[in-house]
Amino acid sequence: MARKVVITGLGATTPIGGDVPTMWRNALKGVSGAHTLEDDWVAKYELPVTFAAKASNRPDEVLTRVEAKRMDPSTQFAVVASREAWKDSGIEEVDHDRLAVAFATGIGGVWTLLDAWDTLRDRGPRRVLPMTVPMLMPNGPAAAVSMDLGARAGAHTPVSACASGTEAISMGVELIRAGKADVVMTGGAEAAIHPMPIAAFSAMQALSKRNDDPEHASRPYDMDRDGFVMGEGAGALVLEAEEHALARGARIYAELAGSGVTADAYHITAPDPEGLGATRALKAALFDARAQATDVVHVNAHATSTPVGDKPEYTALKAALGDHVSNVAVSATKSQTGHLLGASGAVESVMTVMAVYERRAPVTINLENQDPEIPLDVVTSARDLPQGDIIALNNSFGFGGHNAVVVFRNV
Amino acid sequence: MASNEEILAGLAEIVNEETGLAPEAVEMDKSFTDDLDIDSISMMTIVVNAEEKFGVRIPDEEVKNLKTVGDAVNFIVNAQA
Repeated sequence: MARKVVITGLGATTPIGGDVPTMWRNALKGVSGAHTLEDDWVAKYELPVTFAAKASNRPDEVLTRVEAKRMDPSTQFAVVASREAWKDSGIEEVDHDRLAVAFATGIGGVWTLLDAWDTLRDRGPRRVLPMTVPMLMPNGPAAAVSMDLGARAGAHTPVSACASGTEAISMGVELIRAGKADVVMTGGAEAAIHPMPIAAFSAMQALSKRNDDPEHASRPYDMDRDGFVMGEGAGALVLEAEEHALARGARIYAELAGSGVTADAYHITAPDPEGLGATRALKAALFDARAQATDVVHVNAHATSTPVGDKPEYTALKAALGDHVSNVAVSATKSQTGHLLGASGAVESVMTVMAVYERRAPVTINLENQDPEIPLDVVTSARDLPQGDIIALNNSFGFGGHNAVVVFRNV
Repeated sequence: MASNEEILAGLAEIVNEETGLAPEAVEMDKSFTDDLDIDSISMMTIVVNAEEKFGVRIPDEEVKNLKTVGDAVNFIVNAQA
């Protein structure tokens, strides 16, 4: 029998709140984190998209000046969220050799990389900061969190684009089950609201161009959806072997009952139109969790609000859950937060855990005219989840054909 | 041209910016590594910022000879002369 893994700490810094209580309160209310960008580079580069969902609290207001100077913004977000999660877990003493980190990013230190390139061109090699390499490397967030906590059982960085955060959580479960760690700080961070990624995502027609109405731009499942909205921030979850948590009398939010990770091997960016890879991930995750499709009451969907992406996820849910899919309360919280790329799976897992813990599903905003080809039961005002034993899923999919699903069960 | 005191004060400001150390902790006889706990990466940042602030060039091979704050101040004074 595999070791049971539970969640004992949560942290988040997002466009709809700089900590978990604020984010969750807003997620139940239904607010938009998307706003017109006021940075001068928007006009300078004549960007085709002029809005995004920036984090509501700048991380360098929380960290000390010296800490912030040595970290890319993505790492700053990771440290802020993981400190909140660690404090929330109430862990006072831990065997640091049995404490691991699995902290993801989709893109890495893109601000640092491009700032250094600007510096090189404008001011020459001597002015390129000596900290540039450790700040831009994608394992920067995991390394910083490991140093911050003194986590010495390995610091890992799964990178699978927008599935990264969820894949990191999946890796955390594996580390505990394999007996390589008793406690794992998992999560994901992203800070890519920079003109170059905006230009690049826009060039591939992935972003909403609703420049005159940013708050209504992220609209998963709506007929008028036209792309995703860039978001930024981090989510963090403390995973703990159940016996370790029970021994210290910890508050347990939920069981992390299982996970499923697959690859489409179909197209570098387009999802398999029949959602076959996502279906296999869903089925594998339920099998891993020893759960039945009919146990599922809530899904926090990947649902990014792109014309091509939202439907294959429905197809996969229908294939994996059968007719029961119509009984499931589906929340598309990217309608509120925007798409946090490599952090999205972590932030949405935090929300899914809160949904199980409080038995309340968060809101999907901007759904005015639901796509008839996606007949899901979408939660548009906060809704109670049933009593008794329940299962909730969080789905994440990424460019490259990555599919990751994690399964949460009430305790 | 700046006096020794002015260079020390300017250097202390740069060290504070990079490491958060109080400027008054940056004294002439203090070792960058042993007393101020400044690692090689921070040291390179401090050197480049000092070059800009004082209008001098501090060659990479010279940096290892700057063991104390006083060494750096003297180097800068001579380079400015």
